[in-house]
Amino acid sequence: MIELKRLYKRYGEKDVLKNINLTIEKGEVFTIIGPTGVGKTTLLRLIDLLETPTSGKIYFDGVSVGANVSARKRLEIRRRMAMLFQKPALFKTSVFDNITYGLKFRGEVKESIEEKVNRALEIVGLVDYAERKASTLSGGEAQRVALARAIVTEPEVLLLDEPTANLDPRSVERIEELFARIKQEYKTTIIMATHDMLQGQRLADRIGVLTNGELAQIGKPKEIFYSPNNEAIARFVGVENIIPSVIESNEGGLAIVDVFGAKVTAVSNFKEGEAVLVCLRPEDVILSREKLKSSIRNVLSVKIRKIMPIGPLVRVTMENSLVALITKQATDDLELKEGDEIYATFKATSVHVVR
Amino acid sequence: MNEIVEAFITAVRLIITLDPEVVDITLLTLRISLSALLIGALLFIPLGSLIHFHEFRGKRGLINLIQTLYALPTVVIGLLVFLLLSRSGPLGFLGLFFTPTGMVLGQVLLIAPILIGLTISALSGVGKSIRDTIVSLGATEWQAMVANLKEARFAILAAVTSGFGRAISEVGAALMIGGNIRGYTRVLTTAIALETSMGNVELSLALGIILLSLALIVNILLNRIQER
Repeated sequence: MIELKRLYKRYGEKDVLKNINLTIEKGEVFTIIGPTGVGKTTLLRLIDLLETPTSGKIYFDGVSVGANVSARKRLEIRRRMAMLFQKPALFKTSVFDNITYGLKFRGEVKESIEEKVNRALEIVGLVDYAERKASTLSGGEAQRVALARAIVTEPEVLLLDEPTANLDPRSVERIEELFARIKQEYKTTIIMATHDMLQGQRLADRIGVLTNGELAQIGKPKEIFYSPNNEAIARFVGVENIIPSVIESNEGGLAIVDVFGAKVTAVSNFKEGEAVLVCLRPEDVILSREKLKSSIRNVLSVKIRKIMPIGPLVRVTMENSLVALITKQATDDLELKEGDEIYATFKATSVHVVR
Repeated sequence: MNEIVEAFITAVRLIITLDPEVVDITLLTLRISLSALLIGALLFIPLGSLIHFHEFRGKRGLINLIQTLYALPTVVIGLLVFLLLSRSGPLGFLGLFFTPTGMVLGQVLLIAPILIGLTISALSGVGKSIRDTIVSLGATEWQAMVANLKEARFAILAAVTSGFGRAISEVGAALMIGGNIRGYTRVLTTAIALETSMGNVELSLALGIILLSLALIVNILLNRIQER
């Protein structure tokens, strides 16, 4: 559906986007995740043809839509898309009128406009708001109006730029449900930028991680979250245990690394002597009073340095810097206290070795 | 002090009794200034938009010049139009000198900088996110311009009001181009100037009150529209 090839965008001296290569399939939900200010918005604006790349090509269904293409052709392609911005910008008029803009631009007749707008209002659950002034809406309602305005033209591609960044949790949930429904009902291709990695994980078929203007990794959510390519991605997707080390040996894909003051087994193809980073998600660490007898390869005797509650979870930091994330309930059941000697257990497949 | 009070009472009486001369002058004033405003709005709001939406060399300088011309002395406009329309001028053959049409022309030129400049300011006040939204929704260049103007409508309306205020209150150009001919080109401002110099303070005062009232009515109407 959309293909980006060797795309660069430069503002003044700064390369905001560097060598972006990406193919997005029809009907797919693709999430671009990355910290604030790495170029996610710029990437979406380039796809929406609001800006032109400094170099590189963008193809729609195989047709190039670069700067050399006529404004008319670009408009034609742009009209097959819709974009939802981080802060919904509504026109100073009624909710109903706001949603008519795209249809009016496309020269639709009055009856058809009315029917489509009412349907869009129904989808976002704002039928009773049709005559309200747009300026009187809450943030969540405004974003739903903006969403109705975007989908009313039945775009083939829906671009979402941090669509829930400024909303309360209830509104976020509601908007996310709407995205799922739109994907299912209209088979819309959705490209969403978010700094919320969990949102990316919830909604995406595939994820691209953007760090410093480069697409550092593209893959299914599971791949990104459990096998991050490098340290920056690992940190961004919430891997708290990232330890530099050297592969001591590797026999048939089972590597031994010296971390957390112990010999740890990891599944990896890196060879003996290579300098690597050992990543372990804190929620993959099991804590126990007794030494577990199981198939799990890594069992470490550790001492608790700090116990810190985070909502329903508890973050337990050991003397050897290993971090575990367990439930509050488990902490109480095990009667964990700072200074206790316990066992930390984790599978060799949970340990990811990156360079 | 007594004289002023007396004059004021006479002025009110002239208005209430719809003195024919007062009514004629008022209607002519409205006809000329509203015509100038209508023509000016039709010409200069689109022109202001064109300037705003296009990048070209010297744009900043042009906008500075336009803003400077807000303070263009009305007598300079009068002089300019005089040179154009007087019998020996390039447009003298049109026979517009000392006519209401000539006065309309003068006022159109007079309010041009205000209408163009304030249209540009009004459009600059439309946020980038709204501009992007309009383009993203699939607007053509023309549709985008209209949608932006619609979004800036209150500020544009303020520009139109300012233009009207300048047109109806100016005296220099009206006097030089119209000639203050009784029953033909005499408007509120030129009448006030003449009647005061002739000692008819009551009539001047009545005309002044009407002039202020017109400004007040226009402002009230504008506020009403903005509240909607």
